[in-house]
Amino acid sequence: MKHRYLKNVATLNLACEKCIGCGRCAEVCPHRVFSINERKAQIVDKDPCMECGACAKNCPTNAITVKSGVGCAEAVIIGWFTGSEPSCGCSSDEGCC
Amino acid sequence: MNNEKSCCCSAGNCSSIESITPYDKNDKWVAGELHTAKGKVPVISTKLHFKDILGAWKVRWGIGRMNYKINPGLYAIGKPDNTSPVLVSANYKLTFDVLRKELSGINCWLLILDTKGINVWCAAGKGTFGTDELVSRIMKTGLSEIVSHRKLVLPQLGAPGVSAHEVTKRTGFSVIYGPVRAKDIKAFLDSGYKATEEMRTVKFTMWNRLALTPIELVGAAKLSLTIFGVLFLINLFASRPFGLSDFIAYAGAVIMGTVITPMLLPLIPGRAFAWKGWLLGLLWTLGFIWYNGWLVSEFLLLAIGYLLVLPSLSAFLAMNFTGSSTYTSFSGVIKEMKIAVPLIALSSIAGIVLVLIKSLMA
Ligand code: SF4
Ligand code: SF4
Repeated sequence: MKHRYLKNVATLNLACEKCIGCGRCAEVCPHRVFSINERKAQIVDKDPCMECGACAKNCPTNAITVKSGVGCAEAVIIGWFTGSEPSCGCSSDEGCC
Repeated sequence: MNNEKSCCCSAGNCSSIESITPYDKNDKWVAGELHTAKGKVPVISTKLHFKDILGAWKVRWGIGRMNYKINPGLYAIGKPDNTSPVLVSANYKLTFDVLRKELSGINCWLLILDTKGINVWCAAGKGTFGTDELVSRIMKTGLSEIVSHRKLVLPQLGAPGVSAHEVTKRTGFSVIYGPVRAKDIKAFLDSGYKATEEMRTVKFTMWNRLALTPIELVGAAKLSLTIFGVLFLINLFASRPFGLSDFIAYAGAVIMGTVITPMLLPLIPGRAFAWKGWLLGLLWTLGFIWYNGWLVSEFLLLAIGYLLVLPSLSAFLAMNFTGSSTYTSFSGVIKEMKIAVPLIALSSIAGIVLVLIKSLMA
């Protein structure tokens, strides 16, 4: 069954005119947000984006922007209390290799 | 090799001048050593020993989780030569075990980065599995003199920390992102570095989620001890002391939030985690109240109190699971929390007041 999180919140943005169609973003995205059509990247579906920042970090022309951060409530709470950027002391799972 | 040259070990401890990666021969996972142009490299067994399995079990329950790591550096699997692929990974022992277990029959190099004993995904988010560490690890191990090709295979989940084009600019090595899961790595190598869509997609199966619940439970148990302490003090004055039924009601709400919600996650209607937890917590509390016959006027205060407190508790615990999930975004969690946290707080306070009124004033 497919997981679905909140709609229309992802901060992902693609500047098509900067894209050179290298395909990196489609390669790194863990939620298959991009597809490459006619040597241009395209956002297929923005909602599954978890704002991990992999696409933006690996785009050689900086065509992608996303406000990346950890989607972790505990980290956000700690961030609220300490006034610092939320960072995750997160646990590991099998999926992480 | 020039022995006069200053030490090229990757970690501080430099017992043998010739070894690229410091290691302990007594470790069960070290199967031997290999000589390279730059020095000795430990050869890794692809079999898990009982001790590795026990270690994995312990970290799942949060015992010594923060100190389960190996030395960063270069390792060998099988009999790699200068044309063998180089796989990059983190120095969290559990990650290392999951990876090497899948590499039997393969000859390759493992370049282990210093991620302070944290898995690839989380370390990439923090930036310790990152461009700078990768570049410096390539330099420190002298990798460019050990292999003749210029390719590195990184786990796809490391991509948030590493900028592939920058690594190429600084070291000449090109980066190929491998599959998300270690079990696909063999197929990926065999197919000439081709990952299918399926290999590239993060999943979050019931089994993945279940494996994470022990940690959530341990966390909740620690919090609970404080609560029990307070209840014990209240019991000294209470006209209706807290007893077994209260404990069961509480424990049920905790389990709803930490185990059942994560387990049934995609099946529960709605999207926000707090909502899903609240819903299950409510079902549990309603069932419990009905079963105990608390819907009579004598117990009504207590029943309403618990209906306010317990589902909120489940909601809060479920919300914490966002940190372990593999699909929640930062903006999404913030949005969820802005609504959920005040509601949880208000509902809990109101509920606690009602329960205390019932307990202290007969
Ligand atoms: S990584 Fe950047 S340049 Fe390459 S396809 Fe994606 S958006 Fe275009
Ligand atoms: S931020 Fe992560 S999840 Fe979102 S589109 Fe980029 S790579 Fe995909």
